[in-house]
Amino acid sequence: MKQHYSIFTLARNAVSYHEKWTEAWRSPDPKPSYDVVIVGGGGHGLATAYYLAKEHGITNVAVIEKGWLGGGNTGRNTTIVRSNYLWDESAHLYEHALKLWEGLSQDLNYNVMFSQRGLLSTAHTVHDMQALRRRVYAIQLNGIDSEILTREQVAEYCPILDCSPTARYPVFGASLQRRGGVARHDAVAWGYARGADARGVDIIQNCEVTGFKIENGKITGLETTRGSIGAKKVGVVVAGHCGVLAGMAGFRLPIESHPLQAMVSEPIKPVLDCVVMSGQVHVYVSQSDKGELVFGAGIDSFNSYSQYGSPPVVENMLNALTELFPIFSRLRFLRQWGGIVDTCPDASPIIGKTPVENLFFNCGWGTGGFKATPGSGHVFAHTIATGEPHKLAAPFALERFTTGYLIDEHGAAGVAH
Amino acid sequence: MLLIPCPYCGKRDEHEFTYAREGHIARPTNGEQLTDAEWAQYLFMRKNPKGVHYERWMHAKGCRRYFNVARDTVTHEIYAVYEMGQPAPVIERENGR
Repeated sequence: MKQHYSIFTLARNAVSYHEKWTEAWRSPDPKPSYDVVIVGGGGHGLATAYYLAKEHGITNVAVIEKGWLGGGNTGRNTTIVRSNYLWDESAHLYEHALKLWEGLSQDLNYNVMFSQRGLLSTAHTVHDMQALRRRVYAIQLNGIDSEILTREQVAEYCPILDCSPTARYPVFGASLQRRGGVARHDAVAWGYARGADARGVDIIQNCEVTGFKIENGKITGLETTRGSIGAKKVGVVVAGHCGVLAGMAGFRLPIESHPLQAMVSEPIKPVLDCVVMSGQVHVYVSQSDKGELVFGAGIDSFNSYSQYGSPPVVENMLNALTELFPIFSRLRFLRQWGGIVDTCPDASPIIGKTPVENLFFNCGWGTGGFKATPGSGHVFAHTIATGEPHKLAAPFALERFTTGYLIDEHGAAGVAH
Repeated sequence: MLLIPCPYCGKRDEHEFTYAREGHIARPTNGEQLTDAEWAQYLFMRKNPKGVHYERWMHAKGCRRYFNVARDTVTHEIYAVYEMGQPAPVIERENGR
């Protein structure tokens, strides 16, 4: 086991001027073969490896990552965590994740800075309010916390939000999930990496998959930029490139890849103590611990792997932002970036088996995968370990596009696509 | 920001267009004989390539006509614009992507 992190290790290292901290995970060369190889060293992939080792005792595992850990969408999202989804299947999956979030820092012995500060979703038309009510009631029937606020209650809960009835898109009301919030995205990847590594998982960065070795419809290994690696089972957990990897394995996915943009303002003093999302006017915002306001925009309509987005999308987001929060109109921006999101026709992920035996995919999280990180890794580890889908993951199999059992979450997804 | 050459109106800003996704997907004419899996291929499965994508755009705020575009999904370079019903041109690229 690695060095345990605590107030005492912090004090001890302070005495030595913090020059004796050990590495959080090793950087080994790939072995010739593994029981399980996970493709993709983001939060979901690292969580999968962690739960494979922790829950299923499978430790002869490698996580291979073409860049650096958490350098994809794990480090590019707006860090929002919630479980307020409409349909039973999604509600159970995201609530499973939220329950794991609640104990994650203790479980990993790594502070993921999970802050359940409350998440407000505003409605701006009569119909928006009706859809929101329906969703809140469905969520409550699933035993998940969610409540409806009137316009007056919204104004009290978030005073800087423009709730005046003369606004261009007046606030009619909102749903509130008090257990929703934000987490430190990089820390999630690092915490899972450290936990997986401590249990024997090899984490191999700068190692890109160039092909799969498939014999008689069964996977036997991978070709990578660091040589061939044998594998009894392979789990592909990538965002932004799952279509490319599916192509290497010889099948197609119902997925299209688009850039999704986010940006942060200059740091300011505490002004916003909750997360605010507006699906109608289309912006979502929270304030980071550093004081920067973190804003999320929409996706570009067209397919792209560019990792940057178009200016019109930024303009739309800024219009929405200044409409809802006139107080932010004179803020300056520090950074803007894009990540590639793999969107499904029903705005729900694909988790499970593929046409290739022992090759599993966990992808298509679209615009909202970060919140699911622990749950996604947990159910996917079960799916890989047992060869059969976890009961929470089963409805999200690729077969749903053949059976027609789609799980339409465009309303709850937050970002239009 | 894309500058899209509409074959009928000339070069216009991305703002004026609506994206109509992957092109050249023919609706099956023998629908009653297709299996569910074959319907799924037609309805949902997409090429989603990293490289040249043959796609449809509609000039929503202009002539309101559909046309095809061959565009690189990494660089956003537009290689060809051609009318509906025309075959997809073969695009030779220098970088081999």
